[in-house]
Amino acid sequence: MRAVPIFCLILAAAGTLLAQQKYSPGDVEDGRRQYIASCVVCHGPEGESVPGVELDHGKFRHGTSDDDLVDIIRKGIPGTAMPPHTFTAFQARSVVAYLRFMAASPSRGAASTGDAVHGKTVFESKGCLSCHRVNGNGARLGPELTDIGSLRRAAELERSILEPDAEVLPQNRFIRVVTRDGVTMNGRLLNQDAFTIQLYDTNDRLMSLDKSKLKEYAFTNKSPMPSFRGKLSPQELSDLVSYLVSLKGIDKQ
Amino acid sequence: MNRRALLFITITGSLFAQVSFDRIIRADKEPHNWLTYSGGVQSQRYSALTQITPENVKNLELQWVYQARSLEKFEATSLVVDGVLYTVQAPNDVIALDAVTGRQFWTYSYTPAPESRPCCGRINRGLAILGDTLFMGTIDAHLVAIDAKNGKPLWNTTVAKAESGYALTHAPLVVKDKVIVGTAGGEYGIRGFIAAYNIHTGKEMWRFHNIPEPGEPGNETWGGDSWKTGGGSVWVTGSYDPALNLTYWGIGNPGPDWNGDSRPGDNLYTDSVVALDADTGKLKWYYQFSPHDEFDYDAVQVPVLADMQWAGKDGVKRPRKVMMWANRNGLFYVLDRTSGEFLLGKPFVEVNWMNGFDEKGRPMRVTGKVPSAEGTLIYPGNQGGTNWYSPSFSPHTGLFYIPTWADYSSIYVKGKDDDYVEGRRYAGGFPRSAVPFGRGGQNFRKEEEGHGAIRAVDPATGERKWEFKMNDVTDAGILTTASDLLFSGGREGYFYALDARSGVPLWKSTVGGAVASGAMTYSVGGRQYVAVAAGNSLFTYALRQ
Repeated sequence: MRAVPIFCLILAAAGTLLAQQKYSPGDVEDGRRQYIASCVVCHGPEGESVPGVELDHGKFRHGTSDDDLVDIIRKGIPGTAMPPHTFTAFQARSVVAYLRFMAASPSRGAASTGDAVHGKTVFESKGCLSCHRVNGNGARLGPELTDIGSLRRAAELERSILEPDAEVLPQNRFIRVVTRDGVTMNGRLLNQDAFTIQLYDTNDRLMSLDKSKLKEYAFTNKSPMPSFRGKLSPQELSDLVSYLVSLKGIDKQ
Repeated sequence: MNRRALLFITITGSLFAQVSFDRIIRADKEPHNWLTYSGGVQSQRYSALTQITPENVKNLELQWVYQARSLEKFEATSLVVDGVLYTVQAPNDVIALDAVTGRQFWTYSYTPAPESRPCCGRINRGLAILGDTLFMGTIDAHLVAIDAKNGKPLWNTTVAKAESGYALTHAPLVVKDKVIVGTAGGEYGIRGFIAAYNIHTGKEMWRFHNIPEPGEPGNETWGGDSWKTGGGSVWVTGSYDPALNLTYWGIGNPGPDWNGDSRPGDNLYTDSVVALDADTGKLKWYYQFSPHDEFDYDAVQVPVLADMQWAGKDGVKRPRKVMMWANRNGLFYVLDRTSGEFLLGKPFVEVNWMNGFDEKGRPMRVTGKVPSAEGTLIYPGNQGGTNWYSPSFSPHTGLFYIPTWADYSSIYVKGKDDDYVEGRRYAGGFPRSAVPFGRGGQNFRKEEEGHGAIRAVDPATGERKWEFKMNDVTDAGILTTASDLLFSGGREGYFYALDARSGVPLWKSTVGGAVASGAMTYSVGGRQYVAVAAGNSLFTYALRQ
């Protein structure tokens, strides 16, 4: 099988839920992309950032049917902060598919009982800062987490902690290069073209390398992040996820 | 008047003669000029110029840059006529420049109507010229004639209604006393057409509807009234065979693009090449590459014409007038351009929607490879194995060169969009792919998720002779020259030269933006230049002096 869709695991999990509905995993996947691109800034990854609206529980202030929601997504709600969008009806329906999926899935996961303050302690004591960076502290090798709570759902964060190989986003891929001189470098790929490779290496350097001077270069198949399954108590996991969910970005002055 | 002055006038008089149609159909005899979008009516994008060679190409250096006052994609191929370069600044400003220095002679600014709504950018791919007149299609579906000496408009004809989704984006094609264009708008439920206009008046002389109406052959390939909104756009320039007096055009996708339920049948003449009598617009023959398409496989590629020895069924080679075609659907074709006979079809990228041809050259579909509720993985993906960007054929190497999206797939989810409303998108659900539709940004993709390549194919067999891989995909056309150089680029922001016989890179220049146009070459005063649009600018190179 080639070109495995990167969200296949989520979609597989959604299958049972969707069986009760009229939307396919493909609809949900399309909707998820649309939601992240256009909706998450205001509604948040869990769909509960707008007061009185809980997308993750299917609670809306206006409209209830799918057709209502398609209409609202496309036309906006006059007199509110909900703007009109240029979605086609097909695109708007896929967003509705994702909203229905959100409402039917256990969104909060471990975070529902967590203590974010203690989660920060867990985060720092377990060595997460040796790869990740939060509000200017920590390393830059792994994904920056300062605003991860604005981008990812709690269930997704929990899965990344327990199963880091399940989904490595393309921008977090690692690459290994060996120069003709025999020097080996590992790092996060930043860019590549027919002649060059750019990476951020394990020595905190931005590197741009001429392919003609490399003996070999290849993606690292596995995530460099270790799994924390069995290494955290259920409460620690819950606290850690709650802490990550609380990270909403730098404070605006 | 002394003899020297008389000689000067005589020389300049011949140098700056009007561009007759005879010059256009013999463009290969004056390779210092570039007289049509593809360099000649055979559309080979091949030049006989040989000053720049594989040995000295490393000495190419930038001569001048024209920065367009537009942030749109610069997709136009320039024309050069006797030292004057004509190009289009998106969306529809015509610019005349000194081809040696880049200094501007004049600008003709055209403001498209606010109702214009081209699907995929407010772009233009170039001009046509005849006599002292330039011709440009506009994104609000007008055809404009402009005086090549002073940039003043001569006539302006409304080709179609912009508010219905029609647009003109390709360079027109001049044939005799007519200028021919086709209409874009395949995502808006248009009924596309090709039409010819009088070069002096702009009056329509003939029109060929790309979708037949009831009573015409081919209408039976459309269920119900779907023919009225079936798309069939045109957005790349056609070709012309003077001996056969046929003009060839590629037709775009049926609409709605990704859901064919409302249009049962083959949907002629979408995804087809049509051969039209250049005087009357009457259909001589057609060949449909992708019957009942639901993957957006527009047959909107440049038809490349050549005469070559072709082995018949008896194995004996005889001269044959052929048409070569690398299609968006992932297959390379050779057709007999006299009759439309299917001679060869072979994948040049991974293809999983078909698995062979019947005896008439109709593709045999693979069961289940159709858009579905759960999503169906299709190779090649939605932007195709190639697309609108020009291939090249070099008579010198005998190879056909394809700008390729390799290892590229899309997942097609079947969905229904709104019913047809005039002027609104009418397309179905957009497919997903690991390769983004847009250009630019960082590239983290693995090779198996899709990448670009230049692939060289032997047209006699369809076999690949070599490839040059890129990490990112490409929207750049290809130029080849008689010195066996190949010029191209891509989204990675390089303009480069390869050895046309081996694919080995010989030279590159960073242009700071995606090359989304086809390079062309010309010479002035005995010096060869190569020009290409990249990002928002036009770059021109020549050998260091």
